[in-house]
Amino acid sequence: MINNIREAFFRNLWTENQVVRQILGICSILAVTNLMVNTLVMGLGLMFVISLSSLTISALRNYIPHRVRMIVQTFIIASYVILVDIFLKANYPELSRALGPYIGLIITNCIIMGRAEAFAQKNTPFISMLDGLFAGLGYTIVLMMISFVRELLGFGSIFGVNVNFLQLDTWTIMVMPPAAFFIIGVMIWVATALSTPKQTSQPAVQALSRGQQALANQQVKAGN
Amino acid sequence: MENSRLIVSPSPHVRDEDTIHKIMFAVIIGLLPVLIAATYLFGFNAIRLVVLASIAAVVTEALCQKIRNQPITLWDGSALVTGVLIGLNVPPTLPSWMMILGSVVAITLGKHVFGGLGYNPFNPALVGRAFLVVSFTLPMTYWTTPFDAVTTATPLELGPQAVAYPDLFFGTIAGSLGETSAFAILIGGIYLFYRGVLDYRIPLGYLGTVLVLTTILGLDPLFHLLAGSLLFAAVYMASDMVTTPVTPVGRWAFGIGAGIILVVIRIWGSLPEGVTYSILLMNAATPLINRWTRPRIYGQGVSKNA
Repeated sequence: MINNIREAFFRNLWTENQVVRQILGICSILAVTNLMVNTLVMGLGLMFVISLSSLTISALRNYIPHRVRMIVQTFIIASYVILVDIFLKANYPELSRALGPYIGLIITNCIIMGRAEAFAQKNTPFISMLDGLFAGLGYTIVLMMISFVRELLGFGSIFGVNVNFLQLDTWTIMVMPPAAFFIIGVMIWVATALSTPKQTSQPAVQALSRGQQALANQQVKAGN
Repeated sequence: MENSRLIVSPSPHVRDEDTIHKIMFAVIIGLLPVLIAATYLFGFNAIRLVVLASIAAVVTEALCQKIRNQPITLWDGSALVTGVLIGLNVPPTLPSWMMILGSVVAITLGKHVFGGLGYNPFNPALVGRAFLVVSFTLPMTYWTTPFDAVTTATPLELGPQAVAYPDLFFGTIAGSLGETSAFAILIGGIYLFYRGVLDYRIPLGYLGTVLVLTTILGLDPLFHLLAGSLLFAAVYMASDMVTTPVTPVGRWAFGIGAGIILVVIRIWGSLPEGVTYSILLMNAATPLINRWTRPRIYGQGVSKNA
């Protein structure tokens, strides 16, 4: 059991991180990561929804007819999203306004459906809930890193606290969605580079194989 | 197949004396008149920005290649050209750290994320400039007059009535460091053409389209040719070998397309100048142009009725 939990933890946070490995949930990243507070709320909301929906779907997995499982999953996810939405509207109306439609759009976040289909369908409730929680945690950590860069450079602040002591000009592009693209691209690059074993470069062998490739292509074309 | 020396590569087998190093240093020499004019007009600021941009570009190139486990090829001069180009493409009062940042972005986001020289779809110097304009709109549009550095607007913002043609031609107007003096740009352009580095099709297509369109629209064609960074971009940026089509027809198409986009942005857009975006947009269209203008393979596809 402990091993399973540990496996789910490392898998979701690093080896199969939903964002930098599976490139899921990108639209929400572009939208909400310009301020760290918004990002944190979004991440917490997603962690709540994903862990409880995974728990529910896993608990009901033997009672849901296979054919209609996706629509049932959507219903379950939507219920939790509505809970988060109502909670925010009631207690933090300003945050709710700042995040706009994106809380409601958690339902369309592919990570939740992905975890439901890929994990909760086939596993027991407790580990499914943890799997969902860790997947949401991996997502939140990546988002917080992106929003840290964006808020620091775009507004000169961290969690709304001004740290721009030198009065430098802020980078307007960091407030705009394209900045999230640049940063997520660099993060994917770094993550891939860190996990790929270093290749021993053998130029001669590569050149040889490239020559063979070209020759083979020519033969294929000639054959056609 | 066992003996690697017997492998024959696909044709063409034509050899050429040109290397990246030779071409890039020809471009540097071609940029010298512009550098001299910029220094004469804007003084120390021109040297400060160009030197900073060049150093930042070269250092970033070396770092990127080190991180990517590639051979470090600083001597080919391509990073230096990018650095000088972006240095000449900013207003003279730009703070130093912004200049360095723009140069770093040009090399990393403009070039190395795509795989380095030869793989970049967009002109790196223009990517850096676009990044700076979007990020720091105010410092990037803070124009001063040459010599006495009084705050003013560019000729494109003032309109054709406010400036005289000799001022536009010799560059005694406000603008980015390298773009003001048409005279210096022409000298550099003629040298590059003479060295065979510059293909006349793109600059002529670009400038010709702007001339024709502004004439048709009843504007001052000469003013639109000389004002702004059109000439500078046509000679030094739109002719970049990596990011433009390879076929002669495609190069005409590139120049004409960039000209149309430029006139549309200048006349109906909310920006006074559209050179950066016109070239970047046509850079994006370059693979498509290459595919459409691919020459017929000898002996194939002549006529279906034959």
